[in-house]
Amino acid sequence: MNMIGYGLAAIGPGVGIGLIFAAYINGVARQPEAQGRLQSIAILGFALAEALAIIGIALAFVL
Amino acid sequence: MSLIATTVVRAAEGEGFTAPGPSSFEYPPIGGSTSVDVLGLSIDLAVTKPMLQLVLAAVLVFGFFYAAARKGAMVPGKLQYVGEEAYGFVRNSIARDIIGSHDFARFVPYLFALFFFILFNNFMGSIPGINFPTFSRSGMVYGLAALSWVIYNAVGIKKHGFVGYFKLQSVPSGVKGPILALLIPLEFLSNIVVRPVTLALRLFANMLAGHLLIILFAVGGEYLLLEMSAAYAPVGILAWIMFIAISFLELLVQFLQAYVFVLLNAMYIQGALADEH
Repeated sequence: MNMIGYGLAAIGPGVGIGLIFAAYINGVARQPEAQGRLQSIAILGFALAEALAIIGIALAFVL
Repeated sequence: MSLIATTVVRAAEGEGFTAPGPSSFEYPPIGGSTSVDVLGLSIDLAVTKPMLQLVLAAVLVFGFFYAAARKGAMVPGKLQYVGEEAYGFVRNSIARDIIGSHDFARFVPYLFALFFFILFNNFMGSIPGINFPTFSRSGMVYGLAALSWVIYNAVGIKKHGFVGYFKLQSVPSGVKGPILALLIPLEFLSNIVVRPVTLALRLFANMLAGHLLIILFAVGGEYLLLEMSAAYAPVGILAWIMFIAISFLELLVQFLQAYVFVLLNAMYIQGALADEH
């Protein structure tokens, strides 16, 4: 049951990570010289979005 | 649906398939346990396989880069070239790009050691014969996260002073008025408290989940192929194809997690050194 719950909870961060990298790819395609700056922002956003999924998996095991 | 239902029923009847769970990650101490009582707490002195892997990874990192740097030739050989490229990757595209060219140099040794230590430990999940990513045991990661937490806070306190550092980390610039009462606790919580927790949990949970998935497809595929009736054999073969595919995905994840861990470390150090938030 909590694994199903975790699966549902992972949808949100999944969509979020997809949007972040879509925006990153768009940005690099439009402005290739900005890749260095965009990359660190993208990885930071990815890490923050992923943190939600990770809190979810920790709770799925604990609860 | 009916296939899944019958599988579950068969498993419930006690036909023998036990799904891998967190218990698959518990290794018994090598050569029995010897516990010592210190102030009423029993502390186990025994050594487990993941602990040996940590030491092995440290020895491998040291050995590889010692061998690569030993000659120090002007025109690098193959080994020295690989070593230089690896060093240059961490130095230029992590440390210099994130921390900035002014004061990145003193953090390069730490970030470099951290990156390759994590990378070697993660790759142990895919090395035949070892087959266990060290950081899928959460205790191993807490040490690394605590170390990086101490380092980025110490760097910030040294630069800005105690009060100045906490002001930098918890008061967002350009915000005025009563909204600060809401933002200051949030910023403090996210920058000081949640950061080391997510840093540790990210690496740990990725390694755990990936390894669990590999075990599940390997063991489940074997069970479907060998233990159940021939009708299930195609599903078993499919499971093994997934097992191979996910093993390759894991190689990517193992690298990516080491990269993300070190990148975030560099970002936190940069944030602690920054003049304006």
